[in-house]
Amino acid sequence: MESLQTENPPGTPPAGIDKALTGIAGFDEITRGGLPAGRPTLVCGGPGCGKTLFAMQFLVSGAIRFDEPGVFMSFEERTDELAKNVASLGFDLYDLMDKQRLAMDTVIIERSEIEESGEYDLEGLFLRLDFAIQSVGAKRVVLDTIESLFSGFQNQAILRSELRRLFHFLKDRGVTVVITGEQGEGLLTRQGLEEYVSDCVILLDHRINDQVSTRRLRIIKYRGSAHGTNEYPFIIDEHGLEVMPVTGLHLRHPASRERISSGVERLDTMLGGQGFFRGSSVLISGTAGTGKSSLAAHFADATCQRGEQCLYIAMEESPEQVLRNMRSIGLDLERWANSGLLRFIASRPTLFGLEMHLATIFRAVQQLSPAVVIVDPISNLSTIGSLTETMSTLLRLVDSLKAKQVTALFTSLTATGDEENESHLGVSSLMDTWISLRNLEHNGERNRGIYVLKSRGMNHSNQIREFLLTSQGVRLEDVYLGKEGVLTGSARLAQEARERADSTLRQEELAALQRRLDRKKTALEAQISLLHAEFEAEAEEVRKRILEADRREQDLTADRDAMAVIRLADTRKIARES
Amino acid sequence: MMDDKRWNLRLYIAGQTPKSMVALANLRRICEQHMDGRYTIEIIDLMANPRLAQQDQIVAIPTLVRELPSPLKRIIGDLSNTERVLVGLDVAPREA
Repeated sequence: MESLQTENPPGTPPAGIDKALTGIAGFDEITRGGLPAGRPTLVCGGPGCGKTLFAMQFLVSGAIRFDEPGVFMSFEERTDELAKNVASLGFDLYDLMDKQRLAMDTVIIERSEIEESGEYDLEGLFLRLDFAIQSVGAKRVVLDTIESLFSGFQNQAILRSELRRLFHFLKDRGVTVVITGEQGEGLLTRQGLEEYVSDCVILLDHRINDQVSTRRLRIIKYRGSAHGTNEYPFIIDEHGLEVMPVTGLHLRHPASRERISSGVERLDTMLGGQGFFRGSSVLISGTAGTGKSSLAAHFADATCQRGEQCLYIAMEESPEQVLRNMRSIGLDLERWANSGLLRFIASRPTLFGLEMHLATIFRAVQQLSPAVVIVDPISNLSTIGSLTETMSTLLRLVDSLKAKQVTALFTSLTATGDEENESHLGVSSLMDTWISLRNLEHNGERNRGIYVLKSRGMNHSNQIREFLLTSQGVRLEDVYLGKEGVLTGSARLAQEARERADSTLRQEELAALQRRLDRKKTALEAQISLLHAEFEAEAEEVRKRILEADRREQDLTADRDAMAVIRLADTRKIARES
Repeated sequence: MMDDKRWNLRLYIAGQTPKSMVALANLRRICEQHMDGRYTIEIIDLMANPRLAQQDQIVAIPTLVRELPSPLKRIIGDLSNTERVLVGLDVAPREA
């Protein structure tokens, strides 16, 4: 990773040397402002690597966008050939020449008609260049390919000293120069042009690996400026040259707190109750037939239901196939496709190189500015590039989508169910949310399980859920978790039935016990009332006896008093004695 | 006979540089010796008329262009190697 790139946003040249924007998408970012202004830059590479196009785009953007007219001095192709070649990119060289924004000069040296006799110099070339520069007030100059001079003249000593003089001359004029050079055996250029151009050297490369072509660009040197040192893939298409920064230069994605539904309610619940973060990257991995695409389709459906644009990149199936298959699980995506909310890009991965795919996706994202991008599946990309290439492609894709706050959902096919294999594309670390779908084999049947492996910034469920594809769409069910382990499918149903039976039995037992208790209580109460009755009876008896005894005592006293009266005893005395 | 053969020559220079002067002197000498009276020399100073450099495809200075006899031929340098100039001008080369 580069360390010096945290201060300045792309496009604005940092303090230091002045730079001239090339207008080549991506290039100005990796060079942090373009080519060194007022100095020569050597662009070298093999035949057909895009040197001339690079130079032309630099000139034309200068003339059109940056108010810097240019001079194109060609040593190979004639003006009409060049004009024809770049017309397909939308460059109208004749128009620019008419408007005095561009001057073109083709230097033709016919070796066969030249005889050398004595000392000479290349003042004629200087005069032509100077004349062209002054005629349009050029700030930019392209020399394509100056080493053709070496085949035109015999005296190499003169040539070399004149070349050195040429670069001084150009520096004096203060023009930004692009010199192209053919790559030589083991050398950057056949004639060692790099020894004259010491400020900035760019190498373009065109490789074919496994029948897929990739173009790469590398900044070999850039005096006085920080720059990316990686090999950057680039593409040439109808929009010209475009460099893809391998990694986003800045880790400055905005982080939204907004949540959006995954389209499956229970999955939202598993994801902290609200679904994905907007602008996050979601990976759904799983073996074949685990329902990755179905889950993706639900997300697409939910997106369109919110009235947001969804871009579906199908790498395996045609759009019609996706629509048909999703109808079978009760998802009508066709209405969204018809209304334009859902857009498909379908292409076989092997059709183009990775860069082309990336560019296609970028363009579509630029054009539609969708809220959601679905790539189904990304694992297919690995069939067209090496692992590192695929990974860097994905990295760039994820980066750029994040930067645009586009929520991205990727599905990835894994060969086996183990997690190490699932991260084989190395993308898992880029993903904010990783949902794993797997087949759970048990009891002679396969059932789908779903769980959230990770989900940054939210309290997500650690539970495995059973994942059912029904005619009403995806449904998540709790799996049976008990002493028997995790059970799904019919085993889960059986276990649940068994549990229900067990519980009925237990309830009956409970009722019986309750009844016994009730009975016992009734018996006890009966006994208590019996005892009570007995006690009452006995108490009555006792009370009667006490009353009787009392009465008898009174009778006795009365008798004694009567006797005393009869015997004329002293009443008071008797009373005192008693 | 070679008597009716004529040479139309143009010498391109860029200012009165020593090299240009040497070239002009060499050219005059060779012409007088080998083509007496049957030649014309036009001297074009590109400093005064830079547009012609592009038009006439001049890169090296000095350049002597042999317009006639055709085909067109260019002899570059200060013309100090008479042998090569004669070859370039297609002048009766191998005489002792």
